[in-house]
Amino acid sequence: MQDQLFWFFSIAMLLSGVLVVLGRNPVTSALFLVLSLFFMAGLFVLLEAYFLAIIQILVYAGAVIVLFLFVIMLLDLKTENVRQFKRFGAGGALLVAGALAWKLASVVMAMPAADAKPVVGTTEAMGKLLFTQYLLPFEVTSVLLLIAMVGVVSLSRKETK
Amino acid sequence: MEAILIDFFKIACVMGVVLFICAYIVLVERRVCAFIQDRLGPNRVGIPLWIRKDGSAITLGGKWALGQPLMDAFKSLLKEDYVPAHVNKLYFWLAPMLAMFPALVVFAVIPFGSQLGGVPMIVADVNVGILFVFAVASLGVYGIVLAGWSSNSKYPFLGGIRSSAQLISYEICLGLSVIPLFMQVESLKLTSVVAWQTNHLWLICYPWNWLPGLIYLASSFAETNRLPFDLPEAEQELAGGYNVEYGSMKFAMFFMAEYTNMIAASALMVTLFLGGWSLPFVPVTGGVVVGLAHICIFLAKLFALLFFFIWVRWTLPRFRYDQLMELGWKVFLPLALANVLIVAGVIMVGWVK
Repeated sequence: MQDQLFWFFSIAMLLSGVLVVLGRNPVTSALFLVLSLFFMAGLFVLLEAYFLAIIQILVYAGAVIVLFLFVIMLLDLKTENVRQFKRFGAGGALLVAGALAWKLASVVMAMPAADAKPVVGTTEAMGKLLFTQYLLPFEVTSVLLLIAMVGVVSLSRKETK
Repeated sequence: MEAILIDFFKIACVMGVVLFICAYIVLVERRVCAFIQDRLGPNRVGIPLWIRKDGSAITLGGKWALGQPLMDAFKSLLKEDYVPAHVNKLYFWLAPMLAMFPALVVFAVIPFGSQLGGVPMIVADVNVGILFVFAVASLGVYGIVLAGWSSNSKYPFLGGIRSSAQLISYEICLGLSVIPLFMQVESLKLTSVVAWQTNHLWLICYPWNWLPGLIYLASSFAETNRLPFDLPEAEQELAGGYNVEYGSMKFAMFFMAEYTNMIAASALMVTLFLGGWSLPFVPVTGGVVVGLAHICIFLAKLFALLFFFIWVRWTLPRFRYDQLMELGWKVFLPLALANVLIVAGVIMVGWVK
C-alpha cells in the first residue's frame, strides 16, 4: 500500500511539475504548481512528517502561490500566450540544467545513506531542533526575511515631503 | 473492515448534519433579519406531505417556512445553468467547487462529541489538528480568486482581488490569535484542547484569553466574508463582487460555501474557546446518554454562536476597505503578537498549570 502510494504521489508530482512548465496560460501553471505541492505533501505524510506536510500546504499552497496568482492576474500576462522558442536560450537552459543534475547526482551518490531514526511527535521534535541545534540559521533566515520586507516597504513607499 | 465502515458512517453523518444546518441557517438568517427589521420574513412554504385531489397540498410548518430551504434548492437546481460566453469555462466551473471543498473538509478534525459506545466522536483526530484547519481553510481563497479571474469582466475581477487580499490578511490574525491557546494546552490536537478544558475552566474564562478571543471572533467574521467585513459583495461599489457572472446552482455553491465557512468558524471557536462539548456539572465520561448529551451541548453552543453571527450582520454597518485593512494589519496583528508574549509571561509566572 505504502509503495503504491509512494509511486502514485511521485509520478503525479513530477507530472504536474512538467505541466507547470508546459502550460501556456500562467494561471494554469500556477495551479499545477499547487497540485504538485499537494502531492509532495502526500510524500511527507508517507514519511510520517505530518508537520512538514501541513506546513507545505499552509505556506506554499495557501499563501505563496496565492500571491503568485495575484501578480499574474494583475499583470494580465496575455502576451505570454504567444512566446517564441529561442534556440540559444533552450541550449543554455539545457546546459545549466544538465550541469546541475550531474552535480546533484554526484553528491547524492557520494553520500552514505543516513541511518533512519524514528522521530516521535514531529511538531515538538522540529521545534526543539529549530530552537537548539539550528537556532543560528533559523534566526538568520528570519532576519533575512525581515530585511526583504523592509526593503519592499521602503521601495514601494510614496515620496512624501 | 468494521472500523472503516464506522469511519464512513461518521463522515456521512457529519456531511449530512453540516449541509442540513447550512440549508436551515439561511432560513434562520432570513427570519432573524426580518425580526430585526420589523418585517415578517418568509412565512409561506411548508414541507409538503400530501397532495389532495383538487391540487392543494397539506404542508407542515408553513407558518415558519420550514419548506423554504427545500424549495430554494429545487429552484437553484432547476434554473437554466447559464454560462456567459466571455468566461474561461474550465476555471469558471472549477471555482465554485474549490470554494465549497475546504469549508467541508475542515469538519474532519473538529471533535463534535466525546464518544458514543466507545467510538470517538471525531472523524480524524490528527496530531496537527489546528494546523490542518488553517492549511485547508487557506485554500478557500482559490475559489474566490479563480471565480473573479475566470469571469473575465471588471467587477468580478475587482471583487475577487479585493476579497482575496482580505482573506490573506485576516488569516494571519486568525492564526496568531490562537497561538496562546496552544501554548497553554501544550498540544496541537483539538481533542486535547477540549480535554484540557474539561480539567480546567474553559479557555475563555482566563482574562488573558479575552483579547485572543475577540481577535479570533472579528477575524473569523472577516474570513467568512460576513458583515461588518463583507467587502467582497459591496453592492454599491462592485455590483456584487466575485460571483456576479454566476447563476443557478453555481451561484448557490458560493452561497453555501459562505454559510459552511461560518459553521466551521463557529465550530472551531466553540472547540477552542468555549469548551467544545464539555459543560460544567455534566460528567465527562459515561454511557450513551452522556455521549448524546455532549453532542447536544456542542450543537447548542454552535447554534448560539451562529445566532450571534446573524445578529451582528443585521446590526452593524459595513467597514470601508481602507479601515478594514488598517484594522487587520495595524491593530489586530500587533495586538495578537503582543498577546503571545503576554501569555508566555503568564505561563512563566505559573498561573496556568
